[in-house]
Order: sequence, then C-alpha cells, then structure tokens
Amino acid sequence: MPSGIKDKVAILGMGCAKFGERWDKDADSLMVEAFDEAIEDAGIDVTQIDAAWLSVAFDAQNVGPSGIPLAMGLRLPGIGVTKVENYCASGTDGFRGAVYAVASGACDIALALGVEKLKDTGYGGLPVRSRGTTSDMIGVVGSAPGNFAQIASAYRAKYGVEPEDLKRAIGHVSVKSHDNGARNPKAHLRNKVDIETVINAPMIAEPLGLYDCCGVSDGAACAIVTTPEIARSLGKTDLVLVKAIQLATSNGWESQSTGWDGSYFHTTRIAAKKAYAEAGIQNPEEEISLTEVHDCFSITELVTMEDLFLSSDGMAWKDVLNGKFDSDGKIPCQIDGGLKCFGHPIGASGLRMIYENYLQLLGRAGDRQRQDPPRLALSHNLGGMPNQNVSSIAIVGVEGA
Amino acid sequence: MTVSPPMHAGILAFGAYIPRRRLQRSAIHAVNKWYAPALGGAAKGEKAIGNWDEDAVTMAVEAARDCLTGWDRGDVGALRLASTTLPNADRSNAGIVKEALSLNDQLEATDAGGSQKAGTSALLQALSCTQTSLVIASEKRLARAASPAEMAYGEAAAGLLVGTGEVIARCIGRHSVTVDFVDHFRETGARFDYDWEARWVRDEGILKIAGEAIVDALGGAGIDPGSISHSAIAVSAPGAAVKLSKLAGIDPKTLTDNQIATIGQTGAAYPLMLLVAALQKARPGERILLASFGQGCDVLIFEVTDAIKTLPARLGVEGWLSERVEDTNYQRYLFHRGLVETETGMRAEGDQKQPGTTLYRQRKAVLGLVGGKCRETGTVQFPKTDISVSPNNRSQDTQDDYPMADLPVRIVTYTADRLTFSPDPPTYYGNIDFEGGGRLTAEFTDVRADDVEVGREMRMVFRIKSRDTLRGFTKYFWKAAPRPESQSRGG
Repeated sequence: MPSGIKDKVAILGMGCAKFGERWDKDADSLMVEAFDEAIEDAGIDVTQIDAAWLSVAFDAQNVGPSGIPLAMGLRLPGIGVTKVENYCASGTDGFRGAVYAVASGACDIALALGVEKLKDTGYGGLPVRSRGTTSDMIGVVGSAPGNFAQIASAYRAKYGVEPEDLKRAIGHVSVKSHDNGARNPKAHLRNKVDIETVINAPMIAEPLGLYDCCGVSDGAACAIVTTPEIARSLGKTDLVLVKAIQLATSNGWESQSTGWDGSYFHTTRIAAKKAYAEAGIQNPEEEISLTEVHDCFSITELVTMEDLFLSSDGMAWKDVLNGKFDSDGKIPCQIDGGLKCFGHPIGASGLRMIYENYLQLLGRAGDRQRQDPPRLALSHNLGGMPNQNVSSIAIVGVEGA
Repeated sequence: MTVSPPMHAGILAFGAYIPRRRLQRSAIHAVNKWYAPALGGAAKGEKAIGNWDEDAVTMAVEAARDCLTGWDRGDVGALRLASTTLPNADRSNAGIVKEALSLNDQLEATDAGGSQKAGTSALLQALSCTQTSLVIASEKRLARAASPAEMAYGEAAAGLLVGTGEVIARCIGRHSVTVDFVDHFRETGARFDYDWEARWVRDEGILKIAGEAIVDALGGAGIDPGSISHSAIAVSAPGAAVKLSKLAGIDPKTLTDNQIATIGQTGAAYPLMLLVAALQKARPGERILLASFGQGCDVLIFEVTDAIKTLPARLGVEGWLSERVEDTNYQRYLFHRGLVETETGMRAEGDQKQPGTTLYRQRKAVLGLVGGKCRETGTVQFPKTDISVSPNNRSQDTQDDYPMADLPVRIVTYTADRLTFSPDPPTYYGNIDFEGGGRLTAEFTDVRADDVEVGREMRMVFRIKSRDTLRGFTKYFWKAAPRPESQSRGG
C-alpha cells in the first residue's frame, strides 16, 4: 500500500465562475472568471504556475482538443498544459494531475481548471455523442437519465422498496438540493420546489421525472495547489490539505459479466474504500463532515450514500427521507445545491465540488455555511453510466484532521 | 414447363414470422374515409405491420430461426431469399441473413425478386438440387395512404428448409408459366406499385394464366384433383381462388384461409405463407397444391409424409398469429414508413456512418450476436475480447466463438427513456443476462410497459439499429423482445 497523498499538498486558492446559461460568454471568458478569483485567493502571479491541467468532457461543443485553449485563454507563460477527459470525473481527475505534480516535487505550484459550454448545443441535456466504433454497432444510444434510471429498477427489486416510496425519497433529494441552491449566489437554479411538484413532474426516463435530473450548465472552476510549506511561506495560515484522491474505472465486470446486480456503483465502493484508507478514516459516517456527490440524478445521490458507506445497504432511501443528508442533518450532502442546482458544466463539476468543500472548511461559505465546523469534506464524481463508469473521490480537510 | 422433380428433394421443415402489431383497417378508414369513402368495404379485419426496426431482411431472419428450430445450422448449404422489397440493391441481402443466422461461410446465397412469384421460384430452385437449402420469402411493401393497396398489404415472412432425407413433404408435381402480364408494376427504386383494373387482372390474368397452369400441373403429374386436401392458391382477388379451384376440379373447401383478414396480402411471401399454414394443418398422406401468381404462375404439389409428426414444435403461421397486439395507431404506421414528415428533434441528427472496416472485423458479434466462451473457465461474455472479463481468471486468447442469439435472456435493469430519440418512444432498454452467462446493455423492442420487469425473461431478435440516411446504409443489431407465449424456451 503506497503512503498516499495525505497532507502532502495544500490548496492555495480556488475560483468558480457563476454556473448557468451563460449565453453571453465563451468558454475563454468563463475560464478567466474562475481563474481571476483563484489567483487573487492564492496571492501569486501567473508566472509562478509551473504546470496546468485542463478538464473538459465534450470537445466539439466546447473548446476543442488539447491543452492549448487553456494556455491561450489565460495566456499561460509557455508551461505544460495537459488536457483531461474522463467523462464526468474529468474535473477531479484534472485536480489529481495537479496535486500529483506538486506531491512529486516536479512542480511547486500547479493549476487545475475545468470548463464546459453545454448551452451551445441547441437543446437541453447532454450532447449526443459516439462512444467509439464498436459501441456504435452494439451499444445503446440512451440518454443520461435513461442510463441512470436503471439503478432504480434494480434497487427496488433488490430491497423490495415500493415504487412510490423510492419516488418520494429521490424526490426529497431534489427538494433538499433546491433549498440549498436557493442560498447560493453562483448556483444555476435558485428556486425552491415542493415535493408534490417534484413527484408530479413530467417523466424523462422512468422513474426519473424532470426534477430528478440535474440541468446542464455553462461554467468553469479551478484550483491552484502547492506544498504546505510553500503555502505557509506565502503567508497562508489556515490550510486546506488534500487527504485523499482515488479513481476507480470500470473494466467491464459490471457490463459484461453477471456478478453485478445493477443496484449500486461498484467503482464508487472501490474508490471510497481506498480513499478512506488513504485519508486514515476509520468510520466515515462519524468522521466525514459533509459531502458533495455526483447527483446527476436523484437516484444516483441516494445510492451513492450507500456506496460511500454513509448509509447501510438498502437503508439510504429511509435515511434520505429522515433528513440525514439535509443541510442541517448529520452529514449534509450538496450544501451548495449540488449538480442539481449549482449546475453541471461537466469538466468543471469536480473542481466546483472541491471549491465548495474548501469554502466550507475555511468558514467562507456565506449564507450556506455549515455551523458545526467541518473538518473533513468529501467530493465524488461519477462519469459514464452505472454499468461502465469512472468514479472519483477527493477528500480535503483542515490541518490535523 | 413441366419437369419431373428429383424424387428425393422435399421439404424438411417450415417456419414463419408475423410482426406482432396488427393494424385495424377500420382505424385506417376512420382517418381516410372523407377522401376515399369507397374503401369502406375493405375496412374489415387487420393487417400485420412490422415495427420501425423491421424490414424484409430482419423478418426473413425470424422466419428462418423458426424454420430451423431443432436443426443443425451447419447442414445448410444454400440460402435463397425472395422478396420484392429487399433493402439493398447491391449488397447481398441473403448475406446479411446468413450472418444473422451464423450459417457457414461456405454457403451458396442468392437474392430473388422481381415478381410476386419470386418465393415459389426460389423454392423450385431449391427443389431442383440436392443440397440442403433454406428458402425464405419476406415482404414489407409500401402503399400510398388511402389506397386499396394500403388496405390489402400485410408484412410477414415464411421459410422452408428444402433437401433430401427425412422430408415432411415430397414434391410430387411442379409446373411453371412465365408471361409478361402486367397487372401491377414497380420500377426499381420506386416506392409504390401501380395497378391496372382489378376486373381485367382477375378475368384475363389470374383465371386464365393461373387457371391453365394449375390444370396443366395436375395433368402433367397425373394427379387426381380430388386428391388435393389443401389448396394454397395465393391470389387474393375476391372469389378468384374459389373459381380457380373449381376450374381445376379441386374442392373449394380445400382452400386454405387466405390470411387477408388477419395478416394481409404479403406479396412475394404470400404463397409460402399459405403453404406454411397448410403444412401446419396437414396430416401424413395429404396433398397440398401451391400456386403463385406474378407475370406467370408457379404450381407445386406436395405430399405430406409421416415425418411431419416428429417435426419439433415451432410457431409457424399459427403461433405467430396468436402473438397479436391490436394496433389502432395509424399515424405511427405512416410515420414508420416515411409517409408523413414528423419532427424528430436535434437528438436524431447524429451521423450514423458505418465504417466498413469495423463492421467486417466485428461481423460475427454485430450481425450474429456471437460472443466468447473461455475454454478454460467456461466464462461467457459479449463481445469476445482478448482478455477474459472474468475477475477470477485473467486468461488471454482463450475464448472460442459462442453464439448467443438463441439463448434466453433476463432483465437485470431497465428504463423507459423519453429523452433519447426513438421512432417508437419511449425507448426501453436495460442490462440483460444471458442464460449460462454473459451480459449486454440492450434495447428492447416490441415491448409495452407491462412487458418489462427485473427478472423477466425475453428473447433476442435481429433488428435495424439505425439508418445512415446520408449514405443509404442500414445498421443491424440484436435487441431484446418479449418471448412469444406459445414458444418453448431456448429459441
């Protein structure tokens, strides 16, 4: 077992553009908006950045290939820029690149920036795209809600949950996120909704209705990371340190073998166990202060509570209904509104989650600040679909946590 | 021309396929009667119509699977596919059917078309040789809205396995006539038929040309018309089949049901559809007369043998007739046949270009649903890959071809997707497990809401996956469909 990343890297500064339908902005401007906030927060000059990672999920509707768009957008001083595409886990994976570069000693200061322009497609939801030449012949061209809705059918069958009960539980997930998003000035959706509206909304992919699906947004978010020593030398006192970053990638076991029952995320369970071990967390339910998870769909968030071992198997739907993950619950989830309401510009989402956790740990989250001071905050991205995905987990925390 | 048939060639097995949806003619007429009130007389019964993802090739595959029930496909040496509506003008349609059935590469395969008697002509060719031939006739014709043809045409496919050995029916007489009698025509590439006056067609064409052919067939073979038990006379003009039988001295009571009220006039497949229905009813020793009509006439006379009693159970015409879903959605029918421009949205705009290279490399997987089975661990997977998916054994290059199309499957997860584009919304799909191992994320077709549940058994079917409309290429793959209620497991 490697010693891991715990406490080797500090976050020097972070920034996040306002998410939403940014009709008036190109991707370049969104990158600048997020970067301006981060570099001011970091208190450094752009020439001090040694390397950068650019996370984007969709090429054609976005900035195009390679790391060049970031170098040009920010006029970076001739440094190496790596483009990262790993479905919806792209943002966390870009962060991982920057963190690993600093931890290795190859860089003193590194930048991770994610950006996505999804509102240039002409229609709601994610762009339709190929998953490769073999998939084009034998794969199903389903929508994202259709892919994730299947979790609900298997979860109901496995635990004997009545369709109405599960529908109400996933409805609560969305009601909670709308409550939280309403308190977040950078959130895409800031309206509150009631449970009846959610339950009776038009069906998108059974059993997911309109409010069970996160919107897609334009946006950008970024992190500047360095070593704890350099952070202190730059005058930082309250440090937010990286405790763990883990990725798990499906190898086909779920989609081509018959061991997986379709009711959970195999990769998230692998990544969670590794991340907790890396961060030295023995009992996540007691030690994790809050989470930002990949709530692309309400059912994803619900099941992920079990996959992160914050609920017992088959119990998350009850825990959700009991308010365990509400902003005033035991372990708040999506205290910033989540993908559901903060928005989901794919490549930026993982960094947006870490941004929120960073603000919460520093007590800088404004109206939505968790009063019980958080010590360890977890973020989780899930890219792909339930049976074939990339799951990423980042845990950040205060010194000593 | 009357020839002596080789005594040893005959029918070894039969099969059929009728799409589930049965469009009510009253639903067609309800929409069109303001314009074509005269069609009210034809607004009776129903016709079988394929789903958007079916064509003459996919229906042929289904009929062939039914026909080959219990048969070793390695024995098939020739494939003759007859239709006037084959999707490809210059790509072997029989070749696609061959890949879907995973028949040997060492196969003689021909497409036959050009006439309503293409099916019987293909059957005659098969009876003229000694190798085991699969003869399939399949038809999916277009007709203009509010036309008599729209009322008449149905869509279906029939298959016959022909060869030597334990035949279920011997061919004891055959006779063919070819004359350019143009009762209707359709130029290559045209969408619709053009018909001449029905009375002239019946009186000058059917009754004279087919009438003489049937008499000559019986006479040439020295067969007593009174010995015919089943008359499969594939003419649907009202009263014509009765007149033909009387002209030949055959009892009109022997006429098989003409399928017009239940399936419709199925074109090149029609004679074989009637023959399969007759074979399904026939007892050993009975004689069946088959006649087709289209720029001439083919007449074949069969005598059923004892072997028919031991033919493994199959659906045939009778079984598929009972797999019926009543359909009154005429608008959907028009949309599926491109007869009305319907908004499909931006999600339907994706380029469906098919690289020839990838399809050829993966042809067994894509067209045949052939996966892999590890010869060391027995692990089954789809598609076949260099390294096994088994988490317990990282074996490499140990997978043998493993046909999975006929394995029962069960639903593991599912959804009904209303966002993704589908011509038949919502799109049902999910993870399915094959009996004995292997999993696939598959589209479901022909399903209704109560057909899908976790654990429900389904059956794989060969269907159109998508069409590259820019370049004119149809992509096929396998989907999960409800298992016919009358079908035994495993086929």
